[in-house]
Amino acid sequence: MASRTRGWLAIAAVVATGLLLTFAVQERYHHRVLTLVFLWAAMGLAWNIISGYAGQISFGHQVFFGIGAYVTVLLVVKAGLTPWVGMVVAVGVAVLAAVLIGIPTFRLAGIYFGLATLAYPLIFRIVMDWLGYQEVAIPMKREQPGWFMQFNEPRSFDLLALGVLAATLALSRVIETSRLGYRLRAIRENEQAAEAMGVDGFRCKMAAYMLSAAPAAVVGAVYIHAILFIVTPEAVFGLLVISQTLVVSLVGGAGTLWGPLIGAALMVPVSEILDTTVGDRLPGIQGVVYGAALMLIMLYAPEGLYWRVRQAVRSRAGRGGEAARSVIVAPPADDAVASAPTQTVLLQARGVSKAFIGLQALSDVSFDVREREILGVIGPNGAGKTTLFNVLNGFLIPDRGEVRFLGQPVTGLRPSALCRRGVGRTFQVARTFPHLTVLENVMVGAFARDAAVSRARVAAMAALARMGLADRAEAFPGGLTTLELRLMELARCLATAPRLVLLDEPLAGLSADGIDVMIAMIRRVRAGGVTVVIIEHTMQALLRLADRLIVLDQGRRLAEGAPGQVTQDPGVIEAYLGKRWLARLAAR
Amino acid sequence: MALAELVQYVATGLLVGGVYALMSIGLALIFGVMRVVNFAQGDFMMLGMYLTYFYAISGSVDPLLGALLTIPPFFVLGWIVHRGLLARVTGGGDPQRQMDAQLILTLGLSLVITNATTMILTPTPLGIRTGYATQAFALGPVLLNQARSYAFAMALVLAAAVYVFLTRTDLGKALRASADDPEAASYQGIDVRAMHGLAFGIGIALVAAAGGLLATYYPIEPTVAGNFIVLMFVAVVLGGLGSIPGAFVGGLVIGLVQSLTLLVLPFQLQNTGVFIVFLLVLYFRPQGLFGRRARTV
Repeated sequence: MASRTRGWLAIAAVVATGLLLTFAVQERYHHRVLTLVFLWAAMGLAWNIISGYAGQISFGHQVFFGIGAYVTVLLVVKAGLTPWVGMVVAVGVAVLAAVLIGIPTFRLAGIYFGLATLAYPLIFRIVMDWLGYQEVAIPMKREQPGWFMQFNEPRSFDLLALGVLAATLALSRVIETSRLGYRLRAIRENEQAAEAMGVDGFRCKMAAYMLSAAPAAVVGAVYIHAILFIVTPEAVFGLLVISQTLVVSLVGGAGTLWGPLIGAALMVPVSEILDTTVGDRLPGIQGVVYGAALMLIMLYAPEGLYWRVRQAVRSRAGRGGEAARSVIVAPPADDAVASAPTQTVLLQARGVSKAFIGLQALSDVSFDVREREILGVIGPNGAGKTTLFNVLNGFLIPDRGEVRFLGQPVTGLRPSALCRRGVGRTFQVARTFPHLTVLENVMVGAFARDAAVSRARVAAMAALARMGLADRAEAFPGGLTTLELRLMELARCLATAPRLVLLDEPLAGLSADGIDVMIAMIRRVRAGGVTVVIIEHTMQALLRLADRLIVLDQGRRLAEGAPGQVTQDPGVIEAYLGKRWLARLAAR
Repeated sequence: MALAELVQYVATGLLVGGVYALMSIGLALIFGVMRVVNFAQGDFMMLGMYLTYFYAISGSVDPLLGALLTIPPFFVLGWIVHRGLLARVTGGGDPQRQMDAQLILTLGLSLVITNATTMILTPTPLGIRTGYATQAFALGPVLLNQARSYAFAMALVLAAAVYVFLTRTDLGKALRASADDPEAASYQGIDVRAMHGLAFGIGIALVAAAGGLLATYYPIEPTVAGNFIVLMFVAVVLGGLGSIPGAFVGGLVIGLVQSLTLLVLPFQLQNTGVFIVFLLVLYFRPQGLFGRRARTV
């Protein structure tokens, strides 16, 4: 709660400082610099919503800036509409454009997304040229300057720009501290893990894109009235707009609302001063400074100044302050008796087949998972175990066959949808959100059930406590042991309140003690009424744990049954366990 | 519309596309080996145009020869840029972050080069006057501009030379090995960092040479990069990011699309056809026409 108030107080302090500067400054030129700082900070914040929080680097965000400028000015020119209303229309058009651009573009990942975003402003530039809007001047309205955003007093533009900045800061703050903000950061850190935790990647990215288009359009509209007065395609859709946006955001630091603010406060005055002092003799000095700033920040502090300073302050304050960490021990087998499997079928796989190029990973695999059982899936490397999980939780769509969960067909559903229906999973190599704390990692899971941050925090804390990780809540995943990482993943999965969890080699890489702890925790999960399907290499551990085993070999189901029964199966011993086991069994 | 007219448009498109193909090979080589999307590629092309111009003005070197003479200095420049800038960006081990950081670094480099050139050389466009720029070969009713024809032929020769280098020489094979699997290549004793420098040097040299060829018929100005960098991106994505034959074909296709767009759309909209092709490829075949590597799940 304290940090929540502090965040708003900090924003209030920024706005108060802005006001103070606005009234302290006298010269027209200084007012102009102030307006520019406010507007570029707001533009950087807009970009930061999609590219900072969600990590989808957009090289075409000036599209919305340009739409804001053109729509507002064209409405004044063609319809005599006041820009105060025109701006609202422009926001609507920009958000619509974001939807139309986002639908195809968010199907692309990584570098392809960035390259695709490059194309949109170029298309707008060409189309505006072709429509004959190479130069649209704002018509003078001397009678009603305020109504047409044509103030004589430069201070009025400062206040307008500051208002835009304050609103964008508030929007960013609301996003940062909401479920959407956590989900966006989870997507940035590991989109697949987020998807498996119930985060619909496409919808979240689309929401972020729409939310970031709106302020960019407002900034574009105000920028035209305060600074440019004439709209040209180059001035609003050009590379310099996105360069300036990237500079303020990246120099300051992306992924936090303070980054673009710091970046704008530093970079805009520098470039303005250079432009007025040597700009006549050296046209292009601004571009050189921006370019050099981008290069220097990528070379020396690619995370940006805010994060760099914060890290330095933290490491100074936190030196030697590492809290003693408790050793996790296996919890007593309290309630294991009360949790015998029932005969209800929770999940059904029927004839599931999946081929990759030149490899039949799964062929015609069928089995049932009964409620509250622990079902082990074993098989040698390449048997198709992880592929099976990827089919069961929706990462892969099978070529043939069907998966039913609670009697409903779920083949083809996204992992996030399956997660919300009650299928959780962990990964063979732990997939964390490295820049989120352990608690926040688990909260991403808890958000699958509850949108309220405070309740998700409580649920996440409870899940961590159940896994014995309560005292690691504020740590980052990078500082955890392998056992703690696996327990954190399990806690994150439990926080989604699953009916069924798919555990992909949860015992891999653990010490003997670690295996004991993990086995006890998995029993505890089942004791809580959750069904467990577990992939494992280590036979011994699984014999202790599983009620039933399924053996996969080369994508086929080789055997199924009680552990004792399966290990007696000569086919299994031959194909999977090898002859040494056969000898050992005979010697007993 | 007469068939001859269509042939004329196709021929013009292919001639222009040859030079695009040469530019794009450089970009594809850099991406294929280093996984770097080089935003500054167009700016090195622009610098290649200026160097060819200075060769022509100061030593009256024919631009077709001048284009070849840009290769050694730009190879060295590319090597230095790699050593001094790109090799220093690591992204903390996360490949996506490293790619983003390097892309932004080259964007910064592009801004610096464009604007510094404007500052030093003024924005006034320059041109190299050659006898063949205004001449045409006549193949029946189809006219082929001589400057473009020579540039096209040179581009083909250079592209073929690159292909032979990559497939027939040990160094070329080492380069391809580093592209396929840097880790395995380094176990075989290949200095992957040196290969990255080599790839960046060659990539820059090729685009500079393409700039020199372009200078025989295109005005030289500091902001010329902006008109071409996106065409190069499109060609490379079209061919499949990192595929060199793909980039070559991609370049030819871009030339064709640009030229044929004029049949249906007015001149100002010439590049919309290119961008539409670009977006269609990204949406429906992001691995490109020749891409081997499908995106993982």
